[in-house]
Amino acid sequence: MTSELDIFVGNTTLIDEDVYRLWLDGYSVTDAVALRVRSGILEQTGATAAVLQSDTMDHYRTFHMLERLLHLLHQLIFQIPPSRLTVYPFWMGLTQPSESPARPRQTPFPLFYGGYYAFDEAFVREVLGKKLSKGTKKDLDDISTKTGITLKSCRRQFDNFKRVFKVVEEMRGSLVDNIQQHFLLSDRLARDYAAIVFFANNRFETGKKKLQYLSFGDFAFCAELMIQNWTLGAVGEAPTDPDSQMDDMDMDLDKEFLQDLKELKVLVADKDLLDLHKSLVCTALRGKLGVFSEMEANFKNLSRGLVNVAAKLTHNKDVRDLFVDLVEKFVEPCRSDHWPLSDVRFFLNQYSASVHSLDGFRHQALWDRYMGTLRGCLLRLYHD
Amino acid sequence: MPGKLKVKIVAGRHLPVMDRASDLTDAFVEVKFGNTTFKTDVYLKSLNPQWNSEWFKFEVDDEDLQDEPLQITVLDHDTYSANDAIGKVYIDIDPLLYSEAATVISGWFPIYDTIHGIRGEINVVVKVDLFNDLNRFRQSSCGVKFFCTTSIPKCYRAVIIHGFVEELVVNEDPEYQWIDRIRTPRASNEARQRLISLMSGELQRKIGLKVLEMRGNAVVGYLQCFDLEGESGLVVRAIGTACTLDKLSSPAAFLPACNSPSKEMKESPLVHPPSHGCRSTHNSPIHTATGSRLTQNFSVSVPTLIYTGMGSGSAGKEGGPFKALLRQQTQSALEQRGGSPHRFCRRREFPFFTLTAFPPGFLVHVGGVVSARSVKLLDRIHNPDEPETRDAWWAEIRQEIKSHAKALGCHAVVGYSESTSICEEVCILSASGTAAVLNPRFLQDGTVEGCLEQRLEENLPTRCGFCHIPYDELNMPFPAHLTYCYNCRKQKVPDVLFTTIDLPTDATVIGKGCLIQARLCRLKKKAQAEANATAISNLLPFMEYEVHTQLMNKLKLKGMNALFGLRIQITVGENMLMGLASATGVYLAALPTPGGIQIAGKTPNDGSYEQHISHMQKKINDTIAKNKELYEINPPEISEEIIGSPIPEPRQRSRLLRSQSESSDEVTELDLSHGKKDAFVLEIDDTDAMEDVHSLLTDVPPPSGFYSCNTEIMPGINNWTSEIQMFTSVRVIRLSSLNLTNQALNKNFNDLCENLLKSLYFKLRSMIPCCLCHVNFTVSLPEDELIQVTVTAVAITFDKNQALQTTKTPVEKSLQRASTDNEELLQFPLELCSDSLPSHPFPPAKEHLESASSNSGIPAAQRATSVDYSSFADRCSSWIELIKLKAQTIRRGSIKTTVTVEKASPVGDGNFRNRSAPPCANSTVGVVKMTPLSFIPGAKITKYLGIINMFFIRETTSLREEGGVSGFLHAFIAEVFAMVRAHVAALGGNAVVSYIMKQCVFMENPNKNQAQCLINVSGDAVVFVRESDLEVVSSQQPTTNCQSSCTEGEVTT
Repeated sequence: MTSELDIFVGNTTLIDEDVYRLWLDGYSVTDAVALRVRSGILEQTGATAAVLQSDTMDHYRTFHMLERLLHLLHQLIFQIPPSRLTVYPFWMGLTQPSESPARPRQTPFPLFYGGYYAFDEAFVREVLGKKLSKGTKKDLDDISTKTGITLKSCRRQFDNFKRVFKVVEEMRGSLVDNIQQHFLLSDRLARDYAAIVFFANNRFETGKKKLQYLSFGDFAFCAELMIQNWTLGAVGEAPTDPDSQMDDMDMDLDKEFLQDLKELKVLVADKDLLDLHKSLVCTALRGKLGVFSEMEANFKNLSRGLVNVAAKLTHNKDVRDLFVDLVEKFVEPCRSDHWPLSDVRFFLNQYSASVHSLDGFRHQALWDRYMGTLRGCLLRLYHD
Repeated sequence: MPGKLKVKIVAGRHLPVMDRASDLTDAFVEVKFGNTTFKTDVYLKSLNPQWNSEWFKFEVDDEDLQDEPLQITVLDHDTYSANDAIGKVYIDIDPLLYSEAATVISGWFPIYDTIHGIRGEINVVVKVDLFNDLNRFRQSSCGVKFFCTTSIPKCYRAVIIHGFVEELVVNEDPEYQWIDRIRTPRASNEARQRLISLMSGELQRKIGLKVLEMRGNAVVGYLQCFDLEGESGLVVRAIGTACTLDKLSSPAAFLPACNSPSKEMKESPLVHPPSHGCRSTHNSPIHTATGSRLTQNFSVSVPTLIYTGMGSGSAGKEGGPFKALLRQQTQSALEQRGGSPHRFCRRREFPFFTLTAFPPGFLVHVGGVVSARSVKLLDRIHNPDEPETRDAWWAEIRQEIKSHAKALGCHAVVGYSESTSICEEVCILSASGTAAVLNPRFLQDGTVEGCLEQRLEENLPTRCGFCHIPYDELNMPFPAHLTYCYNCRKQKVPDVLFTTIDLPTDATVIGKGCLIQARLCRLKKKAQAEANATAISNLLPFMEYEVHTQLMNKLKLKGMNALFGLRIQITVGENMLMGLASATGVYLAALPTPGGIQIAGKTPNDGSYEQHISHMQKKINDTIAKNKELYEINPPEISEEIIGSPIPEPRQRSRLLRSQSESSDEVTELDLSHGKKDAFVLEIDDTDAMEDVHSLLTDVPPPSGFYSCNTEIMPGINNWTSEIQMFTSVRVIRLSSLNLTNQALNKNFNDLCENLLKSLYFKLRSMIPCCLCHVNFTVSLPEDELIQVTVTAVAITFDKNQALQTTKTPVEKSLQRASTDNEELLQFPLELCSDSLPSHPFPPAKEHLESASSNSGIPAAQRATSVDYSSFADRCSSWIELIKLKAQTIRRGSIKTTVTVEKASPVGDGNFRNRSAPPCANSTVGVVKMTPLSFIPGAKITKYLGIINMFFIRETTSLREEGGVSGFLHAFIAEVFAMVRAHVAALGGNAVVSYIMKQCVFMENPNKNQAQCLINVSGDAVVFVRESDLEVVSSQQPTTNCQSSCTEGEVTT
């Protein structure tokens, strides 16, 4: 007696969270069954191995089907009662995303969907800032061996990044909103995806050895700040005018702004200005900083470093190396002098604020736009 | 010219990419109805086209409106080559044809292609302007409502239940036409889908005409089936129960004045032509049968069992099967128009009812299950307009059922259903139902007056009445062990009761019920034509007998005494026959406690054997004890004297009355032969019997927290929570041809079913505590060594704590269920009670008896009629007893009504109405529920939108790519669900009740990488409102309720 066909179809699709996780992690049916057996489910439920096998197969088939649908269209609407892990197939045809885009955000977070788009920190750290093209896909094998994540799972995650990238690439308006509306992701996940897309688009280098200590969270934090302040979309987004139809994207840095950043060079090129800046900062911080003498000795180097980073951003190559430069020029020198984080904060605040008192300096707004974001980033990047 | 159909194509979305170059589609839509076609503009380069078309108007006959489906085809425009079809949508516009249902169909429909499945969606709006047609000779039956639900729909009240309606239409199957060789699979599938849609429309219209003829306005328990007879053609047949339903507008409708019956009602019984159940469409009585056709028209009538309380017998004995067998020839010529003792029978050819649940008071007595089968050889249907052979076949079977019912002293059959199993050219036709005595007043001109005496009368048959035997105890058609009813102690009851209906709501049940299945396989030699048919018909009685024995054994093993919802399916394959019986076992308080199972060995000398036997006996006893605990069966102890000493009086009296009956001696003899045994003896004399006993013990009870039943609800559980999960599960196993012995086959089949159930329990474990309701198994044998089992059921969660409480108070329990139904809906106004019994004209019965014996020389038939007569006489004699009994039940009834006030109030219809807007209108967007049950727990059905009856074919030539057979079928079933939901949503509904997957025919050819599947589903589209939404109760409802119950109470005391 062999089983030829064995299916279970419910009006609402039941999703077993555990099996789903195993599937997302890329385990084969056999491995998944073995893992489930090990979890003691047979003893708990009194089921037989055959039942478990059938159940696992069935779930895998369901996931596979849902995955295909997922790829078919992004405008899926899953209705999930908050209490249970059920998914309502997309072709319900009752909720209409096009007509009420606000709706999805009110519905409880779709577990299946969110789960599918969830990613492993270890994986994303490997591909962050890399070009999401087919070429990189070959590297997935290496990533898989390096991180211990199954190739299947790597592929899914990579394809997710690529899919999101492709869809939002050409879109106008807020990156996070676009992702959220088209992929119905949770706010948190949408922000992460925005960071991934932003990094991929600007090809920020994150793989260098000296950047290894940074987590995805650190980069995502910086990405968010940069999206908010340094992109074209950021310019028009005054709080009084949220509906402004910007023709541009959140994904590209504001070229004009980068061009303007050259003007900041005067802060270090003009010796008087540099000395004045230093004395202003030192006066303000004297006695308040534990590492005052180190700061005083290093001020010119640090300031030169920060301003030069800004001045160089017109070149794509230097944009890519932004994080490398920041770590090299600022984080590492401070760290070698054992600055506590609070001192770094004091310094950066004073360093940005004092510029306002420099009479000869005319680019106050530009400075604020640059330094406001950079200060946030640096504080986040400054850890062991 | 009475109808204008208007269609508007609004938009499409998620269309497939049809142009590889641009990754887009240039879509347009063809809208076709009958022979008229309209087209929309081409919407260029979009996967989400916005056509926003004008209103396409079709001016059509209402006949066409009923028959034809609206056909919407989405195509991709191609300038240079032929336009590519994306897919189709068939919309049944029938729901728009009666006033109370949907007024508009509007929504997103999945675009379906038989090769690719669902390919995007299309937004369509459909409206119908219907002009009144006063033509008396019209062929349409617009306005007749159809319900799949096998009880009176929740927001209606039955004024009259007219009775059985049936119809069948035949056609050539497009799949087997010569043209099929040259057309594409897609074209062939679509031709088939369209034809079946057309045929079911026609069928529905014809049934509707019959209903109108009977002065009814609705068909309840409508069951439509397809017989794919292959070469011989395609048969679409339907049965149902014609009713006159009243929409419940307000609770006040229940307090009408006691006026004289209205004019129409006076008229109705007279105007009814005598042949209501008869076909009206075939006028030609001339058979075109030639000699050669007659031989082709081979048919074998199968002796049939009457399932009732033949519990106490020794099953192992050789003569066993035939004691219980009632050999009955098909054409027993019992049918006598005009001579029948009951008005009822005179008026209807077949007093059958497809209902399984009834208004209180409707069901007086239940005799037992009657079934009939017949093996036929299919021949090509030469003239589709004259489906007389098929008609005659069914007429034969129904006749047989009717005579069986008569043999049980019953004038009606309830819970009636028909089915077929086809393999090549052999076809088994089966029909089964429950013989019953009904309260005749419901069947005639049901007066609207709710006179108080009638209410009083209504209480008569409650609780235990239906268990009382309808036949004469000394003239029983089969051996049974009778005792006095454990509830009223006045009437006789059998020791075991088998029925095909749902458990009556007012029945007192002890403990919980459970699903009981009997499974059986029999190998059969491959044979051709007549030889094959003969072989099958020879096997059938044995299978029936064994199935029955298995059911009985398992029932005893569960410590229960009654089966409800019994459905026996016999499936024929090339080289085997499969029998699967499912039923819900319960312990009826009115029936005696079942005795245990005793095992007796044949060879008592052998010591080790003896030991083995006693070991088995112990195991069986343990199992029974365990089951009793599991299902909470603890019947109250009854003092011996009451049970032990039946009052001698009635027995004497009935003997006197019965004196005319010839067969009395025989029956008394039979009665004596197993009179006092209370244990059921299983004799183990060979390995087969041993096997049987073993198989008894292998059935594993469901894991704790799970219950299962195949009836609407689980007896003993009533506090359902609102979570439901309907599902379909399909399994196919391949038998290795080596081990094809009966035993191995049985084991395989048994394992298949058991494993399937185990998988279900595992899958649904997150819903614990829950109950699988309406578990419906279907077996088919698609190929030589393949067995396919399809299960559809609904899992409903319930509140465990409450369950424990309520099981202790059965009165409350039954009420609670009634309250979900909105009890008032089922309260029937009755005629004066004085009418009831004298309305059986006794004198004609004698005539009947004579004419019966003269017409047929068959003793069985004679006996049947005589039983019929005397049982009524007996009932008449106990008239005084009945009145006494009434007094008793009334007292109970008054308690009942007080509880009702509390229970029913939150669900009152009035409360809902008082609210300014139905909450469903705005809040329910999203989920469409599907359930095989007639209700939705925790919700109230406010509107029936029409019947959903859909037929889909799906085919693939890339089976592997679609995930093999499992992937293919899984996707298809999910798509079918989606399409059903979309249609319901478009009608404005939010649920499908009484959902059933009537057919799931799956064929594969893995070598060619091909598979095909046909699915037929049906159900009732409804609007429901959550009870929690209705909770804002105004105090109005309870008071009206109270008033009515108070008046009731006054009269009774």
